[in-house]
Amino acid sequence: MILMMKSSIIKTGTLFVDRGLMPFLFLLLTFSFVSSAQIVPVLTFDVFQKHLQPANDNDTVYVINFWATWCKPCVEELPAFEKLNETYANQKVKVLLVSIDFRSQYEKQVVPFVQKNKLKSQVMLMDAQGDNDFIDKVNPAWQGTIPATTVIQASSKTNKFYEKQFTFEELENIIQPLIKK
Amino acid sequence: MRLIKSTLSFLTVIVVALFSFGFINHARTPLSFGEGARVRQPGYNVGDYAADFKLKNIDDKMVSLADYTEAIGFVVVFTCNHCPYAKLYEDRLVALDKVSKKKGYPVIAINPNDAASHPEDSFDNMKKRAKDKGFTFPYLVDETQEVAQAFGAAKTPHVYLLQKEEGKLKVVYIGAIDDDTENTKKDKVKYVENAIDAVEKGEKPNPDFTKAVGCTIKWKS
Repeated sequence: MILMMKSSIIKTGTLFVDRGLMPFLFLLLTFSFVSSAQIVPVLTFDVFQKHLQPANDNDTVYVINFWATWCKPCVEELPAFEKLNETYANQKVKVLLVSIDFRSQYEKQVVPFVQKNKLKSQVMLMDAQGDNDFIDKVNPAWQGTIPATTVIQASSKTNKFYEKQFTFEELENIIQPLIKK
Repeated sequence: MRLIKSTLSFLTVIVVALFSFGFINHARTPLSFGEGARVRQPGYNVGDYAADFKLKNIDDKMVSLADYTEAIGFVVVFTCNHCPYAKLYEDRLVALDKVSKKKGYPVIAINPNDAASHPEDSFDNMKKRAKDKGFTFPYLVDETQEVAQAFGAAKTPHVYLLQKEEGKLKVVYIGAIDDDTENTKKDKVKYVENAIDAVEKGEKPNPDFTKAVGCTIKWKS
């Protein structure tokens, strides 16, 4: 049964992840490492917010970037995040590219964009379903523009938030002091 | 071969399931998450008084809020031509103006973007867009970006509802036009219209502050 569902996911390349479907999310994430073109999960904010709350002793540096295919400065800075992901692949750094495109644009825009640009960092679509409360929940300082990026390291209680366009060097300067030698 | 493949897949499922359970059960402390604390915004906040301005309209005439002697208040909206989110609201701004103007709160649209970096937002293109979309309200250009800075506008679209109070302009609502940027909900919450209804009754709008996704104002470098 699970196997059948899994193959249907791969065929369509789309899955809506709800609270009750947590295991499937992880299934999907696992698959994104295995297959060459990554599968982009669609997450409700409730599911997505777990990424903002790593376990207390987790010393991985999470670089979570909010972007959208329609946002020019976001698209311009994506290579910086890709380079970060590649440069720090062997260290405790995890780059998440969180698209806030509308759910309706998933097949038309987001998936083709990820495939065309061969994005290697983990991409997900966060579907807030029109509920803008997520902006304050990510960070009360967020005015609601993108690109926006949050850098989280639970073990050092680091929770930085930036509403700006980044260069690779700027990102490196933020994460380097956090990486455990 | 097929058997090996499906066995491998099955093992993957097991491993993933175990991993996910482990992950879920880990202790977690929220990192400044979900407090919903109201942070003081740059520029005007609800309750502040806004300064009047004088900006050029698409008919080449200068417009000030003081010109509207009959108005009870204003729906000041920072918007532009190029932003996909602003575009989604163009028709709804016209519809809003129709309702709000009757109540004494005309829409005043202001484009604060630097046209040098975003030619789609040029004055000529503003004229074209207003004509194409049948704007029933002034569409002003904030060339020096001083008005957007004074208001603390961060994005397009970004609404400030003002109410005249003893000759001053009190900010009574800041935020989004409604809760449905994509315009797909039947039962959308029309924040600005609701706020006008509230102040008409002498009540405080609830909510008086909302946040929505928008395009960054393109500041001059």
